[in-house]
Parts: sequence; C-alpha cells; structure tokens
Amino acid sequence: MELVCPAGNLPSLKVAVKAGADAVYMGLQNATNARHFAGLNFTEKQMTQGIEFAQSRGCKVFLAVNTYPYCHDLPTWQQAVDTAAELKVDALILADMGVMDYACEKHPDLNIHLSVQGSATSAAAVNFFAEQFNIKRAVIPRVLSIKQVAHLVNNSLVPIEVFGFGSLCVMVEGRCLLSSYATGLGPNNHGACSPAEFVEWKNTDSHLETRLNGILIDQVAKDESVGYPVICKGRYQVNDQIGYAIEEPTSLNTLSILAELKAIGVAAVKVEGRQRSPAYVRQVTEVMRAAIDDCLTRPDKYVVKDSWNQTLGDLSEGQQTTLGAYYRNWQ
Amino acid sequence: MTKQNTKKLSLAPIPYFWDRDYTHQFYQQVAQSPIDIVYLGEVVCSKRRALSLQDWMTIGHDLQAAGKQVVLSTLSLVEAASELSVMTKICQQGDFMVEANDMSAVQLRTKFESNAFIAGSSLNIYNQRSLDKLKSLGLSRWVLPHEHNQQALHAFDLGNVELELPAWGRLSLAYSARCFTARTHNRSKDQCGFVCDQYPDGLAMKTQEQKDFLVINGIQTQSGTIQNHLEAINDDAVDILRITPQQNNCFEVIALFDQVRKQQLSVTDGQKQLTECTVHPISNGYWHQKAGKDWVA
Repeated sequence: MELVCPAGNLPSLKVAVKAGADAVYMGLQNATNARHFAGLNFTEKQMTQGIEFAQSRGCKVFLAVNTYPYCHDLPTWQQAVDTAAELKVDALILADMGVMDYACEKHPDLNIHLSVQGSATSAAAVNFFAEQFNIKRAVIPRVLSIKQVAHLVNNSLVPIEVFGFGSLCVMVEGRCLLSSYATGLGPNNHGACSPAEFVEWKNTDSHLETRLNGILIDQVAKDESVGYPVICKGRYQVNDQIGYAIEEPTSLNTLSILAELKAIGVAAVKVEGRQRSPAYVRQVTEVMRAAIDDCLTRPDKYVVKDSWNQTLGDLSEGQQTTLGAYYRNWQ
Repeated sequence: MTKQNTKKLSLAPIPYFWDRDYTHQFYQQVAQSPIDIVYLGEVVCSKRRALSLQDWMTIGHDLQAAGKQVVLSTLSLVEAASELSVMTKICQQGDFMVEANDMSAVQLRTKFESNAFIAGSSLNIYNQRSLDKLKSLGLSRWVLPHEHNQQALHAFDLGNVELELPAWGRLSLAYSARCFTARTHNRSKDQCGFVCDQYPDGLAMKTQEQKDFLVINGIQTQSGTIQNHLEAINDDAVDILRITPQQNNCFEVIALFDQVRKQQLSVTDGQKQLTECTVHPISNGYWHQKAGKDWVA
C-alpha cells in the first residue's frame, strides 16, 4: 500500500520525500489543477528539480491536471499533458475525458490515474475509464463506506487509491458546484473552492464574520476563531436552528482503519493538502509512513499510537478528525 | 414557422420524495399537459422506494400512450452494489430511452446492443473532445451542465446531438454520502425514517441573516434560487427546455413556457408571469458567466 503525499511547492516535495512518501503529487501554476492558489505549485523549472529530487530517491512523481477545461481552454490543458510527458512524471492525474482522450492518443505510454475529480464512485464507473482511457489507477471520492470500498476494489479493473488524511470534502468531488453557485468559480472550472478574491473577514461590534461574495458563511464571537469560508463547513439556519448543517470543520483521519484498507486491497493512501506548509507535510508524512509500515510489517498487531493521533489531531481543521463516509453512521 | 416553435419542453425527474398517490396524480396531470418529454425515476436516494422500477415503467407506458416521449433516469450518486443492479435493469430495458446521470450508467449502457443514451447534466462534459468521445459511445442528447454559460455552449459543434437546457427549477449543486435532511433531525442516513417526505419542496438552508441560500434534499444540495432560462427559448443551439418539478406551481410554469414557445405570450410577459408565480428568488447567473445565484436582467 503506497503513501501518496502532497507537494504544493519544492520545499514540501523535499520534506515529503525525506519523510518517506512513496509518491508525491504536484500541479502547475495555473487553473489546470484543483489547488489553483496564489503562491502555490510549480514552474516547469521547479518541476524538473522536484522530479529529479524525488525519482533519484526512489519516490514517484504524479502531476495533477485534474480540472475541466472549456473548449477554448483545452490547448492549455493539452500543453500540461505534453509537459508531463516530456518531464517523465510517473503518472498524470486526470479528470476530464477530453484531456484523457488527448493523453491516450498523443502519449500512449504515459500512465493515467483517474483523479478524485473524475467522480467515479462505483466499479462500473472506474471500469468505464479503464476500458476507454486505459487508466492505471483510480482515486475515489470520499463518499463510500469501507464495505463499499472493498466491493469496488474487488470489482475494479484497476488498483484503487483512497484518501487517508486531510481536509474532508463532504460532497462528491468533481460534482460540487457550491462555490461556483456563490461566486462563479469553483473546483471544476477554476481549480479552487471559495477563491480568495471573494472571501471577506469582517469585524462588527460584537462578531467576526466570514463572507463569500457577500454571503454570510459563519460568524463567531470576537474572541473565537473562525475557519476559511468553504460553504460546506459554514453555519446556517435550518428549521429555526443554527448549526453546521453540512459538516463541522474537521479533517479525515484513517489511522484506525489503515490495516483494514490494506486488507481489502487498497493500492494507495493519499494525503490531502498541497495548500499546507512544508512543516505540516513533513509531520503528516512521518506519521502516515510509520503507521503504514506497521500495517505492512505486522498487520495482525497494528495499533494506532496515541502520539500519531495527537500529531494528526493538532494539524486538523478545528482540531477535530473523523472517519467520514468510511464509517456508516457518519452518513 | 420559426425555429422557436419547434422547441420541445421536457419535465425532469421529481427530485423530492413525494408519496405514491401524489406521484400518480401528478403524472396523470402531466399526461394532459403540453410537455413533450418526461424523465422518470428516482435520481437522488435509492432508499426512497415509494415506487419500484416496475411502477415507473407502468407510468412510462401510460405517458407514452398519451403521446409523450418517456426517458428513464438513473441514480445520480451510485455507491452500493444494489444500486448498480437496479441501474443495470434500467440500462438493459429497451422500452424507453435512458438518461445517464453518472459514468456507471454510461458504462452499463455501452454494454448493450441498444446503447444510445442521454447524458444528464451532472456528467462532466466541458469541451468538444469529451462530447465527441461520448458521441462515439452512443450519446444522442445532452443535458447541459449547469456551469456552462451561453458563450461556452456556442463554442460546441453539436452536430446531430440534441441539446437540452435546464430552463426552470432549482439547480442540483452537490451530492454527498451524508443525508443532510436526516442530519437536521439528528439521525443518520441508515436510520432516516424517510424524514425527507416532510419536505416535498426541499428544506431551506438560510444564512444566519435569514437570507435564502441553499436547499437540502436528502443527499442532494440544491440552489435556493429557481433557475430561469426562458430567455434561451430564442437560442438556436437549444432544442429542448427542461422544467424541474415542484409541487406548488409546476403546471402554471409549464403553461407559461408553452405559451411563449407558441408565441401567444412574449418572452418579456412570460418572464413577468413566471416571476409572479414563484415565491422563491430566481437566477440565471451561470448562463451569463456570473455566479450561479445571480440574476441578470
């Protein structure tokens, strides 16, 4: 079971490699990937350096080109695919069928992984991409229970990668329009949800508010802290009650089910967080490496160490973690 | 005859959990309405079993007998093996066309001899190359994804693909493993008690300033606004205008769209009357390259 870690920039890539990632994933500095944030991602020169650094140490490099180009944008996405082929990444992480079709035709030897943004939640959907685009792996959305993951792994034509730690998308990835409904820009068409230019933090006499394109996402008393205004983690009024109607600020943490994920045949565990600091990437990679090593070497005796949970808990959104949809009652 | 007279009107599947009797009455009324194409089936939650696949087929045959074109729609978010098995039956049958609402349905449909399918708006088709790929696999009609604006649509060479535009109703914005309606009642999805039947028009999720924002419908999140694209009735790229059912004013809306397409009512007067017949705010932002929630007059 591989450990796949986020590389938002060169320093993060280096610490992830040193801390024991089996693979790192990165993106270019444009809307071709789902973490299109200012100051993040790689120039071509940095990619070359990163690939050399990682591959010479036995770590694979994946390039995420996992947003959806409109007709007139397609050449830019195709250029990203060409760049990946030229720089010899180990795999391209793609979501769009048009981009996949191009990659298959132009670079038939290039490995394609289906991005989580490709929204494949069943074996039939994964096998569609396997048969049509010869994908070598699929990353699946954070919507399946562990039993459903096992069923998918058993019936899929290709190995399956799942999310192991990081920010929790509550909605099926690739099919969430909440951000673009509020702002015009979202993960599919822009590579980011709640783009920074629409975010407003406002102090009133009694409250601290966060707004997205004018919409009140949350408000707290002045001495409390409030998270980044992603729509699914806001507080709203439903049936005269105010609360986290969709989900609380929390991070996914699969330490307690890692041995099970290994046992059902999951091929790789992914850590979310290209937007996070190198220090975060190092700490999470170290914990996940140690845990996966324990799973691999002593699967019957695997026990989650308190120190691992402590470290990951401290790094989590709202200092809370959850098993998300893997755990049926969360649903 | 101008092109706009040739526009067809379609009715999307019911997104909410309506009871069996109401659903039957509703489709009896649809049979008498000016709707040309009716999409049937449960597309949001497989736990809602007020009607079986057999029931939907029966309704479909009745509507067909009344002169409607009938399409069976598949579930939008497929997670369980049992859901795949119902979907397989839908994709295998030959009585009606199939609307594929996720790639599982496309995959299953391509396995059968009669492989033609309609791509639902939740399939991510953003560019010509994606559309062409699915055309080669049997796509015959395309329901435009919500994020596309008018200019993006016009960049496509549609060829013989029929273009259907979601023209009236709440937008489906997201799907989750979690049931938010059950969550509101402090229940998990497995113990939901079918509480969504209390909300035949969805459950409003307002901001803390009591402003309309989103609507919860089980595992689906919808827009708080009603999307209104009546203006597209004069767009040559559009063949079919789709209306999404709601209980309060569905047949009034259908009648207004019909009167505008027959030029018995101007677009301006149609807009005015549509706005008057809904209590919810309306939007058309995506079409004009703005936030989906916005209204561009």
